[in-house]
Order: sequence, then structure tokens, then C-alpha cells
Amino acid sequence: MTATTIASALDAPTRTALAGFLLAMADDEFVIGFSDSEWTGIAPILEEDVAMSSIAQDELGHARALYELLAGLLDDGRDADALAYDREPEAYRHARLLDHGRGDWAMTIARRFLYDTADAARLASIGAGWPPLAELVAKIRREERYHAMHALAWVDRLARAGGEARARFVAALDELARDAPSVLATPGGEAALLEAGILGRSMAAAFDAWRSDVAGVLRPLMIPLALEPAADAARHRAAPSDDFRWLWGEFTSVRRSEPGATW
Amino acid sequence: MSPAVAPPRPDEEAIRDALRGVADPEIPAVSIVDLGMVERIEVGPDRIEVELLPTFVGCPAQELIRSTVIDALAPFGRPTVVGYSFRVPWTSDRITATGRANLTAAGFAPPAEPGDVRCPRCGSGVVVRDSYFGPTQCRSLWYCRDCRQPFEAFKPI
Repeated sequence: MTATTIASALDAPTRTALAGFLLAMADDEFVIGFSDSEWTGIAPILEEDVAMSSIAQDELGHARALYELLAGLLDDGRDADALAYDREPEAYRHARLLDHGRGDWAMTIARRFLYDTADAARLASIGAGWPPLAELVAKIRREERYHAMHALAWVDRLARAGGEARARFVAALDELARDAPSVLATPGGEAALLEAGILGRSMAAAFDAWRSDVAGVLRPLMIPLALEPAADAARHRAAPSDDFRWLWGEFTSVRRSEPGATW
Repeated sequence: MSPAVAPPRPDEEAIRDALRGVADPEIPAVSIVDLGMVERIEVGPDRIEVELLPTFVGCPAQELIRSTVIDALAPFGRPTVVGYSFRVPWTSDRITATGRANLTAAGFAPPAEPGDVRCPRCGSGVVVRDSYFGPTQCRSLWYCRDCRQPFEAFKPI
């Protein structure tokens, strides 16, 4: 059964809420995937060059699968590529956390750690209410496990290294702390998503689980980090950052150079 | 003149056999059947449907595998429709015994929990993982302390 036929069973408010939720999740995966792919060729060591490229490839694959579900749900003639590439920078709905550029290696690891753990809490919140999403998420979670192990190994390494490595990592966490909770901001129409069983728990509950996961990692490393729930309206920035505008220019450049080209 | 007669309806096993000739281009030693990617084959009166499970959501080989399957089933004389689905998650447990043997013969350690990984060249268990991530999404990097060779292992997933 296609996403379109299954979607026809949902009432209008639920479809609207689901479309918003899918777009936010797809944009998150797309933006961090593209941003991390910037390390290809220039990561600190060869193994990390390979790892970051592989992780980025996973994330872009997740984004594509989510955009495909969204395309079926919207059924407005746009395919996954059109959804991914044919929007102005202001129309992307990625979380504020991902409006921060990749920065240096410590910033990249801090961003990955905060995003991977928050995304895991979000994925764990998906219920069985809409089978196409539940099935995809079951598959994605198996892959994300590797991303989490990678991020945690680096958090440990940087934090225990002391000196400049630890200082840069802690500074990066501090810089991101305010925006990190945006990944788990309450989505529009959450009540409808909960009612339909598309979400099994609220994003507020996911936030609590995430905050305790993060504390469980950072406390033994003696890194205090205050995370406060994001205000509902604060998931994405109305005016995207310069970092994101630059990234948008990069990831849309081929598409814009020859609209509609295939190969 | 007799009317054109459709070729006889092939049975599922004949199609499965034909699919044993289709490999993931990134692991040519193992067929998509032995990888456990073929979830369902359905032979209808006018077409063949094949449901495949992607090994990884973003595996870039999906389109190439789709067209290779269509070519491989062309001799059956009816159109083939290939669909990818996540109805059942693909896991590395779906790789058959033949698939595992072929992986080892091709120099890849088959999927195993970290303590059970063996060097595909010398069989030693004195191995260390260099990285969770390798040259493709489904492989990780290892090093054998006995024969002192790097190797790749299929990720358990």
C-alpha cells in the first residue's frame, strides 16, 4: 500500500500535523547530513573521513525516505527531490540546533552528540498509528545505533583528553545548549498525532528522557550542561543563519544550475 | 493462425533461481537472495512483482539493483515490477549460510557480535575494530593482530 492510500484514512487536521512533523524531521536529517558531508576529505584522520562520510550518507538516505513519505502524503506533484531542493532558505524547518554550522571538530562532535541523542528520543516516540512511518523508523533506529556509538566514543575521547580538546568541546556544548532542545519542541497539532497513535508520547516526554540521557553521559565526565525545554514557537529560526544560507547555496547549486536535469 | 500465446507462467522458485544471479554491486560475491533482500515474489497473469528490503535506508545501490533485477527476469516474458519496502526491517540475520560463506571467501568477515568476529583470511579471533564505519554503509574496519592485515566486516544490524 502506498503512503497516499494509507494517508487517506487520516482526517484533515491529523494529515496537516503529520506533514509538518515529517517535514521537520526530514529537514533535520537533510541539513545535518549535508553539513557533516563537508568533512569528506578534510576530517582529522582518515578513519573519521570515512566515518563522517558514511554517517552523512545514512542521514541523507533517511531524509530521502522521509521526503518520499511526505510527497505521498501531500500528493501535490512534488517528489522527494523537489521537496529537498526547491525551497528558499526561509522555508526549511530544521531545528535551531542545526542552524549552527559544523565549526571545528569539537563543534561537529558536540552537535552530533546532542542531535543523535535528541533524535533517538524522538524516534523512540513514534507510535504504530501510521504504518509507513512506524516501519521506516524501525529500520532507521537500527542504523542510528551506530551513529550514537560513534558520537559517544568521541565525547569520551575529547572530554578525557583535557587541555585544548576538552576546552573546545565544553565551549561548543555551551554554545549549543540553548538551541539543542529545539529538536524536541512540541510540534503543531501534537494532540492530533497522539490521538492517532502516530506519536506514542509527547515531545515534552521525549525531552525529559533526552535530558536525563545527556546528563547520564556528561555527569561522569564532570561537564555540567543546562538544557531547558524549547518554547513551542522556537523550533526553527524565522531568519536562517548565515551558516545555513551558505550551506543552502552549496546543496542547491547543482539543482539550480540545470533545473529538472536527470542523469 | 493461432493467437499469440503468453509464455507459461513461471513458478516462484524459477524466479528465485534467476535472482541468484543478481548481486549488490558493492558486494559482488553475494546474491541478493543470499543477502536476504528478497522478501516476496508474486507471479501474476501479466506481471512479476518482486518486493526487496533495502539493507540500509540510504543504500545508493537500490536503483542499480532494481534495473538489474528487471533485466534478469526479462527472459520470463512479462514485465517485472520491483518495489522496495520497510514492511519488515532487513537485518544481517537474514544473510543465508551460503551468503556468509561467500562473504568470507571474498575477504569480508560475516556479521557477528564484536567478540565473535574472525579474520576472513587466517581465521584468527585476535582482531581489533579500527572503526565502526567502512567504505560502504554496511561494512566496518578491522585489523587482524595475527596475520597483520586490515579487513572489513559486515556490520551486525
